[in-house]
Amino acid sequence: MASPVTEAAQRIFADLADPQAVNRDADGAWKAPLWRALEEAGLTLAWVPEALGGAGARLAEGFEVLAAAGRYALAAPLAETLLAGWLLARGGLAAPAGMMSVAPAQPGEPIRLDPDGALRGRARAVPFAPDVAHFAVLAQGASGAHVALVEARACKVDAGKNLAGDSLGNVSFDGTKVLSPASVDLDPTELLLMGCTARAVQSAGALEALLEAALRYAGERVAFERPIGRFQAVQHNLARLAGEASAALAASSSAADAMERAERLVERTERFDEGVFLETAAAKIRCAEAAYEGAAIAHQVFGALGYSQEHILHRFTLRLLAWREDFGNESLWAAELGRRVAARGADELWPLVAAR
Amino acid sequence: MSSALHFDPIRLPPECVRLRQEVREFLRGELDSGRGRRREAFDREFSRKVGAKGWIGMTWPEKYGGRARSHLERYVVTEEFLAANAPVRLHFVADRQSGPVLLRYAPEHIKAAILPRICRGELCFCIGMSEPGSGSDLFAAKTRAIPTRGGFVVNGTKIWTSNAHQADYMLGLFRTSPPAADNRRHGLSQFLVDMKAPGIRINPIRQMSGEQDFNEVVFTDAFIPQDHLLGEIDGAWKQATSELAYERSGPERFLETLDVLIALVRLLGPQPELRAAEGLGRLVAQLHALRRMSVSVSGMLAAGAEPVVEGSIVKDLGTLWEQRLPARVRELAAFASTDGAARAEFDARLEFATLIAPKLTIQGGTTEVLRGIVARGLGLR
Repeated sequence: MASPVTEAAQRIFADLADPQAVNRDADGAWKAPLWRALEEAGLTLAWVPEALGGAGARLAEGFEVLAAAGRYALAAPLAETLLAGWLLARGGLAAPAGMMSVAPAQPGEPIRLDPDGALRGRARAVPFAPDVAHFAVLAQGASGAHVALVEARACKVDAGKNLAGDSLGNVSFDGTKVLSPASVDLDPTELLLMGCTARAVQSAGALEALLEAALRYAGERVAFERPIGRFQAVQHNLARLAGEASAALAASSSAADAMERAERLVERTERFDEGVFLETAAAKIRCAEAAYEGAAIAHQVFGALGYSQEHILHRFTLRLLAWREDFGNESLWAAELGRRVAARGADELWPLVAAR
Repeated sequence: MSSALHFDPIRLPPECVRLRQEVREFLRGELDSGRGRRREAFDREFSRKVGAKGWIGMTWPEKYGGRARSHLERYVVTEEFLAANAPVRLHFVADRQSGPVLLRYAPEHIKAAILPRICRGELCFCIGMSEPGSGSDLFAAKTRAIPTRGGFVVNGTKIWTSNAHQADYMLGLFRTSPPAADNRRHGLSQFLVDMKAPGIRINPIRQMSGEQDFNEVVFTDAFIPQDHLLGEIDGAWKQATSELAYERSGPERFLETLDVLIALVRLLGPQPELRAAEGLGRLVAQLHALRRMSVSVSGMLAAGAEPVVEGSIVKDLGTLWEQRLPARVRELAAFASTDGAARAEFDARLEFATLIAPKLTIQGGTTEVLRGIVARGLGLR
């Protein structure tokens, strides 16, 4: 039941980002052909309206593509480029070709847009910052929030890597000049939770792939004269893995659906209400928990083999663990969700949970 | 079987939103008028009022007293009653489990006689499954129903039977033939049992929680009329499977201890310290995820799909969560105010939830049994 967009994406991932091939490719030669194919298929600017040079896909379609990317543990800035295109489009700005990422990428790090038209501030842990050509920046100006497109080479980027070895960086804006910033009706919380939803959807995809791989392996690997999947202890572990994958799938697809519905509403106050906050923050939190539990169970099923560099298991498990940190560690969102629930009061907890 | 899991993002339709408001207004009136907020309470008057509202057997055909409403509407009513901790004990089993079985397998005259009374909130049912030597392993049941003139004679003992002492009827699983060599599930039949009939003795079993709803039910030459056989003789095992997805994935599978979470929010007040806020946020996120899973399964069932594995997964995760909730909530409350009304209410609810926690992963299918079902669905068995 995948949409044509998702099917196109899946074909590209299968052909050009197969985890086995990527794992053997020491110098990253797979990356350029993959990105070229994604751009040619219009997938990188899926969330940019046609009028602004994009594919004009619905949010739901983009999230479906990201779920498929998760099933391949894709290590390319597709989610980031989609987010950047979406952010620019919110301000009516066209998106350039090439790889992009967004700033801020962590809570509590406001970036200022000064009256001289320059950005000041720092964005920590921006995914793929060293690899991208542009950043879409959400900044606070004197007259409210603005979105701006910034060339990466105009910024100082301290390059680093996440747990899975994918690049990220701290980006400093020290009076970085921007061309034509556009005012935008968006606050950093909404941007970050859009990022959290993307990661939740990717994580659910990765967990689905882990479950499938673990089930296959448990049926093939023989120990004590039978496939290990015949042992009740292993079966129960796999049932738990299915449970974690299910929780991630339900929470992430619900959050993606909530974002899709919110996007269609015009008034911002209605658009990103407490219900959407709950959906997206809860997806971030629950998928991060599922990532940890699911990765641990999968490693237990694969034993020593899954611990080897040669096996592809780590491509999934390490990304699942690394993604927990992006757009705010789940503990930060849990504290914020807890504060909001407490402020609403005990009698409003159930109505919030049962709102949709 | 494929490992593909489906949890479509189902949204409740507009009629559910209106119904929810109606249910909340009703409950506010009832609970404000002094009716206990204790789900365990057996409250005839409350059940009658719920029946009068049309909220028992609400998905059943109108000719049997039902309202022909959707399963999603029933979902809303159920979750609102659970969240409010309303006293549904009298009618809950009849509404959820027994009524649907009768609807499917009872002869017409019995349906016409009994179902409308369930809908009016007049009848309490119990489930006669477990026996002293047969709990999770239902097919080991030994209580026998032997054909006699005009019906069957039953001898044996059922145990852990909730509500038996209050129930008007039991749906009992009795052995009518020995197991077949190639199918040990063969030989059990399902019966409607009038609990007032002679030959049935009910011995109460006190629980560690202080509740007294468990019983041992002893049958000594109890007579069951022929027309009280439900479905195929010796074929009860075929009848059990289809309804189970509803039963496993409902809101009762994760809301059993919700009141301690609500009491925690009251105790913490509007500005909780960081540790409590973070812990509370995680619990709310987990609750939300479980509810989305549960609504999703209900929506898929309503649309004609058969998410059997998904339903079992919801119950596995949901019961473990509601079981662990009192323990987590206790930790988070440790640094909150230790006196005042909110504390007293919290402590009382926490104590009760802690006492009932062990049963939550046992009743209606243990964690171990559920994981076996999931493993089978995943193709491992």
